[in-house]
Amino acid sequence: MASTTMQPGTVKRYRPRLAWRQQVSRIWRWIFVGSTALAIVLLGMLLVSILGPGIPWLSWHLVTDMPSRLPERAGMNSAIWGSLWVVVGSAVTSFFLGLGTAIYLEEYAEKNRWTGFIQTNISNLAGVPSIVYGLLGLVIFVDALNMGRSILAGTLTMGLLILPVVVISSREAIRAVPPSLREAAYGVGATRWQTVRHHVLPAAFPGIMTGIILSMSRAIGETAPLLVVGGASQVLFRPSSPLDPFMVMPLQIYNWTGRPQEEFEQLAAAAIIVLMIILLLMNSVAIALRQHFSKKARW
Amino acid sequence: MALESKQKAEQGAPVRVPRTAVNTAERANGQAAEAKPIVISMKDVNVHYGNFHAVSGVSHDIRQNAITAFIGPSGCGKSTVLRSINRMNDLIPTARVEGRIEYHGQDVNARDVDPVEVRRRIGMVFQRPNPFPKSIYENVAWGARINGYKGDMDELVERVLTRAALWDEVKDKLKESGLSLSGGQQQRLCIARALAPNPDVILLDEPASALDPISTLKIEELLRELETEYTIIIVTHNMQQAARVSDETVFFSLNEQRQGILVEAGETNKIFTNPDDERTEAYITGRFG
Repeated sequence: MASTTMQPGTVKRYRPRLAWRQQVSRIWRWIFVGSTALAIVLLGMLLVSILGPGIPWLSWHLVTDMPSRLPERAGMNSAIWGSLWVVVGSAVTSFFLGLGTAIYLEEYAEKNRWTGFIQTNISNLAGVPSIVYGLLGLVIFVDALNMGRSILAGTLTMGLLILPVVVISSREAIRAVPPSLREAAYGVGATRWQTVRHHVLPAAFPGIMTGIILSMSRAIGETAPLLVVGGASQVLFRPSSPLDPFMVMPLQIYNWTGRPQEEFEQLAAAAIIVLMIILLLMNSVAIALRQHFSKKARW
Repeated sequence: MALESKQKAEQGAPVRVPRTAVNTAERANGQAAEAKPIVISMKDVNVHYGNFHAVSGVSHDIRQNAITAFIGPSGCGKSTVLRSINRMNDLIPTARVEGRIEYHGQDVNARDVDPVEVRRRIGMVFQRPNPFPKSIYENVAWGARINGYKGDMDELVERVLTRAALWDEVKDKLKESGLSLSGGQQQRLCIARALAPNPDVILLDEPASALDPISTLKIEELLRELETEYTIIIVTHNMQQAARVSDETVFFSLNEQRQGILVEAGETNKIFTNPDDERTEAYITGRFG
């Protein structure tokens, strides 16, 4: 033991209680293991309750066919396409808008009361219930801008919904770029844009992509605002332009769970599985993109 | 550009007067021991960070093709003054620089002077080596390219890396990341990077404080070589380093209000052997700071 080699005087002044401290450390470890396990168990139960009834109904025609009154003929093709349009469209819109806002606030704007006000309100926007965005989209995009209940209106509404998250995560990513990198660039006579374009953005890109991935996951599962903006109960064709009416996967699922026949409930479970697979595919593309860029930028 | 004035014009053949040859009368005079033209002239410079008055009333002239060392205890504002010269303090939102800092007679804080151009002409090397997370080649080339260099880039990269005493060590791995180099090599890469946009003044903010003694010595030798072409200002809290490497030494300290002030400036030999001010003597003999 270390205490045997110590001076007697030292031993008196320190009361290490090592066994007790290690015991406390172990207790905390079990608390953390417990919370992780709880999350995994809940997720497992969710999966079982979906996979159980859903898997028998999984079939290729669920993906390729259009909705129908008859459960055995009903598919979600229009909903898949609608979701892809909306999610990709809103991710792209909010990427440019959100990243632009984040760059301005972090790299260009003076830190004063006004930008502090903007920052606080962007954080608040992230907490606004999604149905409020739906109503906003209905008033502005559907009615005022006369887009109707179209993909475009849905995309822009969803873009607004995820914008705060994109702004906040992009700002975090930009702020995490070491100031020494900026100093180095400014030090050789770079303008602000040259510094941002060649050094800050490449270094922040992986973090920005993480924000996009998270917000895409949110957008693909979000139902309420599109219930207001889209509202189509049945779309029997694949949308071909941004002005077409649309159906999205969560809406289709919601629609099916509301039907009286039990088969539709099982079909909804199958649709949830499809939704999760598509979400995983989309995220893995985004993650691959992030990996690709984070290899390039390391300091 | 107003700054165009006479950069490099007077740089033709700088005459290095050996320090031993300087007569004692000139030494006693302190300031202008070697009659070189003034590149940077500071007049009553005050720097504030918000309500904090960090540097008070600094006036000093920096001579061409000389190495000037800024020494003094921690927090005495020597780095702050250095960063005011190439307007790096602009990047700190709360910083405010008052007084006049002239570069070849031109006020660097004048309305029509672009800080980007100031920083191209007055390069900077920082305390911790901070190469870009890019290739060695690109670390050097970037600064030249963004400043519109139209010449042969390969030639420039080789010339500048040679100048920074790094070429032989990296010529076979120019495509590798600048971060793959050792700390000392990284710092020489940063010096090369600072040379690439063709400045005539190089500011170094404690460039060797994160390096081992061998790397430190290499940097010091390098500075001695660069002195023939560039005007160099180095902030250091290593007094031996200041004594070894500099021609002139400026001693900063704190006054009663904890503001950084310039206590004494003069030829390095004189500051270290026969300072006029007792505070300087107390510092260099290790009695405080």
